[in-house]
This record gives sequence, C-alpha cells and structure tokens, in this order.
Amino acid sequence: MSTVTSLYDEQSAASVSRTRRARPGKRHSPEPRRSPYLFVAPAVVLFVAVFLVPLGYTVYLSTQKTQVMGLGLGANARKQVSAGFSNYTTVLHDGEFWQSVLRALLYGCILIPVMLGLAVLFALILDAQRVRFQRFGRIAIFLPYAVPTLIGSIIWGMMYLPAFSPINSTLNELFGISGINFFGQHIVFLSVANIGVWGGTGFNMMVLYTALRSLPQEAYEAARLDGANERQISLRIKLPMIRPAVIMTAIFSTIATLQVFNEPYAMHQISYGGVSSTWTPLMTIYRDTYTANDVYLGSAESIVIALLMFVLSVAVLRLTNRQIFGGEAKS
Amino acid sequence: MTFLTTTAQGTAPRRGRRTSIVPTAVLLLGALYTLLPIIWLLIATTKTNTQLGSMAPFRPAGSFVSNFDLLTQYNGGVFWNWLANSAIYAGGGAILSAAVSATAGYGFAKYRFRGKGFLFTMILIGMLVPAVVLAIPQYLLVAKIGLANTYWAVLIPSIISPYGIYLARIYAGSSVPDEVLEAARMDGSPEWRTYLRVALPMMTPGLVTVFLFQFVAIWNNFLLPWLMLSSENKYPLTVGLFTLLDAGTSQPSLYSLAITGALLSILPLIVLFFLLQRFWRVDLTAGSVK
Repeated sequence: MSTVTSLYDEQSAASVSRTRRARPGKRHSPEPRRSPYLFVAPAVVLFVAVFLVPLGYTVYLSTQKTQVMGLGLGANARKQVSAGFSNYTTVLHDGEFWQSVLRALLYGCILIPVMLGLAVLFALILDAQRVRFQRFGRIAIFLPYAVPTLIGSIIWGMMYLPAFSPINSTLNELFGISGINFFGQHIVFLSVANIGVWGGTGFNMMVLYTALRSLPQEAYEAARLDGANERQISLRIKLPMIRPAVIMTAIFSTIATLQVFNEPYAMHQISYGGVSSTWTPLMTIYRDTYTANDVYLGSAESIVIALLMFVLSVAVLRLTNRQIFGGEAKS
Repeated sequence: MTFLTTTAQGTAPRRGRRTSIVPTAVLLLGALYTLLPIIWLLIATTKTNTQLGSMAPFRPAGSFVSNFDLLTQYNGGVFWNWLANSAIYAGGGAILSAAVSATAGYGFAKYRFRGKGFLFTMILIGMLVPAVVLAIPQYLLVAKIGLANTYWAVLIPSIISPYGIYLARIYAGSSVPDEVLEAARMDGSPEWRTYLRVALPMMTPGLVTVFLFQFVAIWNNFLLPWLMLSSENKYPLTVGLFTLLDAGTSQPSLYSLAITGALLSILPLIVLFFLLQRFWRVDLTAGSVK
C-alpha cells in the first residue's frame, strides 16, 4: 500500500492542493488518480523485465569480452572485461555473418512478394462476388497457421527427402521429371521459401480479408452500376483502400524475414548439409553464442541485426507507399 | 449459400448469377496447395519407414496403430509429457497474457493519467523489437536468477504481448461505455470491482481473440523453449519433435515417429481452430471491433 501511495504522490506532486482534495473523496471522485497506474502496472513491470532489461543487457554485453589470464587454468582465469567496439569491428569484418545476412535478404526477396502477392490475391477472391467455395477456401488456406513453423518444416522437409519425396514421384509420374534435389545449392532457397509461403499466406490473407470486409460497400456499388467488372473493382477500388493493411503486413513480414530461424534450422537437420549451420543471421548468432560460446560477439551480432531490421522496415514503409499505390497520391 | 456472406450495411448486393470460373479455380488451387502436405502427412502416418520410401506417396497402408504405439512408448512415453507441457505453456501463458492485456488495455482506454502516452508508445515499440535481440539475454538473465530449465522460464516471457495490449485497449474503448463506468462510480463501487464485474464481461469476446492468438503463438514457439529448457520431460511438442528429428538423422527408423508426432501435435490446434472459428478476426489496423 505504501508503494502505491508514494507513486500516487509522485505523480501528482505538481498539484499538491488537488492531491489533498482527492484523497478523502477518492471513491466518489470522477477522475480516480491511483487506479490507472494499478491497472497498467502488471503489464509495465513485465514489459520492463522481459523487453527493456534484456535489451539493455544485450547492448552492455556487446561491449564486453572474455580475457584469459595466464594459461587459462583455474577458477579466476577467465574474466569479463570491457571491449569497447571491438566486437562490432569483428562483426563488420565477419564474412560468414554477412553471407548469412545476404542469404536472409535473398530468401526475403523470394518469400515476401510471393506470400503477400498470394495473400492479396486470395483475399480479393474471397471478397469478390460470384465466386464459389469461398468458405472452404478461406478455411483451407488459413489452416497452415495452426501448424507450428517447426512442424511445417518437418513435414516439408520429409517431403523434400530424396528417399521418399512425394513431390518427385508425382512429378515423375505426370511429367517424367525426376530426381530434383531440393537441397541443391540454388533450389534450396526456393525450398525454404516455400515453407514460409505455405505457412504465412493464410494469416496475411486473413488480415487483408478482415480489412476488405470492413470497407463500406457503397464505394463499389457505384462502380458496379457504371459497368465496372469484379476484377476492375478489386484492383482499382478495393486494393488501394486496404493499403494500410498491406503496408502493415509487409513490414511485419520484413521483420520476420531477417530473423528466420525455425524453417532453416529444421532443414539443417534434415538436409545433410544442404542448409549450413550459419544459413541465416539468427543461426549464426545461435552458433556463435552457444556452440562457440561467445556471448559477447553474439550480442553484438544481435544489435547489428536489430539495426538492419529497423532500416529495412523504414525502407519497406517508403517503398510500399510509393510503388504499389503510387497512382493514388496524385488524385 | 449465397446469403451466408453478410454485408454489414444491409445493402444486399446482387449475387448468384454466373459463377466466375477463373477466381474459383485459383481459390481451389490455393486450397489444394495448403491441404496437400496435411493430406500427405495423414497418409504417411499409416506407413512404416520402409513403406515411406517404397509405396506410392498418396496410397495409405495399415501401420498407423503400430506407429502410434511406438511413439507413445518412445523414451518411456515422453511424448505425452511434451503434449501436456505444450498445453500448460500455451494454455497458462495465454490466460495470464489475456488477463494482463485486458487489465492494461482497460487502464489505457478508460483513464487519463500522466505518462499514459509515453507508456503506451513504449509498449507498442516493443512490438517491433526483434525477438532475436531478446532471446539470448533473456536466457542469460533467467539463468542468473536460477530459473533456467523451469516452467517459469517459458511462461513468464510468454505473458507479455504488446499486440494483445494494443487489441485489448481497442476492445475496452469500443465495448465499455463511459456512462456505465460513471454510474458505477456514482454508486460507490471501487474501481477494481467495476472493472471485474462490469467492464470485463463486456470485453470478453475480444479477449477470447487475444487468448487465441497468444495460445497459437506460444504453442508454435520453438526458439524460447529450445534456449530455456534442457530436460527432455519439460519440452513442449515443437522442441520434443525436433529432438526426435535430430536423432532421426542418425537413426532413420525415427522418421515415422516424427511424422506421427507431427500429426498429433497439430490436431489440438486444428480442433481449437474450428471450434472457435468466429473469434479469428485478424485486424492489424483495427479502429473498432464489431
């Protein structure tokens, strides 16, 4: 109780007279002063503990390093000392790390346009008239959202395995194409991106579909009377109107792309080396922190990735604003 | 069938003329793409390891029961531990998360107080902080306070959901009228009782949505429990099946177990998904909720 009171006093320190008056009549006061802090307190405390403290700790760790004393034997032979920016210099010159960044970017360049393109397409079809099986299609395409990405990766990984790939045997039966190596040097990007498309299209489709359903119907009634067909209404009227939702999905997908881990990590186990242990940045960070046991370097890599994500999100925000909806701003 | 799609404004559009063939076909192709791996998985669970390689991929065999038995006997039945753990992490975490989000969302929506804008913006920015930056220090901090490899290590970080708080604020703002709170205040009801008895029931439909999203997010999470836990009997399904797969690369007889486990691990979510269909509203740019 005393902590609450002190918080209360602190917050209204500026107006002592108002505080005095509010206290005895608290229950009947139309503007309670203490309660709002109690309501938001659990969330704020957890937020500080789970987000802010670890974030600060990462920044701190990224400026530290291990120093080995003497021969490195004994209990106090290793200690943590300040490293300045030396971890960051290491990261900037680490070819393997930047290769994993490039791989993630390439993966994103395949995944995001395909996934969001399909999501927009299916959302518009679900919202269009005279289309059959809409309910079935909506449920079926949303279904992979209920499959954990790791489990989805296991399912696809099994389907890619040369020993019992149903894809290869079907292609062989239908078209006579045989022996595609899904873990091959270049195809592996498509193989991993495919898992992301399969798992992510449904969720984004639902986001966009929800946005479409909340649009006022009158807007396209007029176009319909003027003789516009469904395709024109979808592309010229509906698509520009769900622009904020498309931008949101693009930004969230971009953030998710640079941190991709589950799919390639599962594929790393299945593919016999087709996906390396440092295939994506998060896998590199994981290896450096846990396998190579260098928490400090791992922290510096995390910060670099976080900054890259921030830059990319801003870039995506600008691109989506300009290119997809470029025509709209002028009118 | 055609009338099932409601239009909020009540202007019934003219429907039911010809079917548009191309969009319908595209939609069905999409459904085929998403369903085929699940169908393959269903059929694969009926095969032994040798049958997986030798039989036609979409022709079922009769080994489901023996696969199921092998899976449940694996390492003394640890699979059931994984299933129970997933239910504890996802169920417990999502209930706590919905409770914390609802309380905070209500506080943000219904009160004016100093620092409100700052606190809310800070939490929203939290949505954009990549999990990668948090995963490692979270583990180190949890290890420091001696909670590594405990249920709390997975539960506590799962409780806070910036997106849940954001949604709950919108739900509270749109579903709890100020007049009702005012009236309760006039009657001398303490703020917390007004919240529990009056506001919370009004927010419930929205909170089910918050619960569902958090449930799926925790059920699907791999990295957090993978980092936090080291004993096999505390693993959730995702981590457990991964270790099974890991062992499978050197011992391929475990593949059919991983396949059967994969099917069993997605069934609970698919059931949840169908039972609570009307609560799946994914509105990232929500201004109001109907």
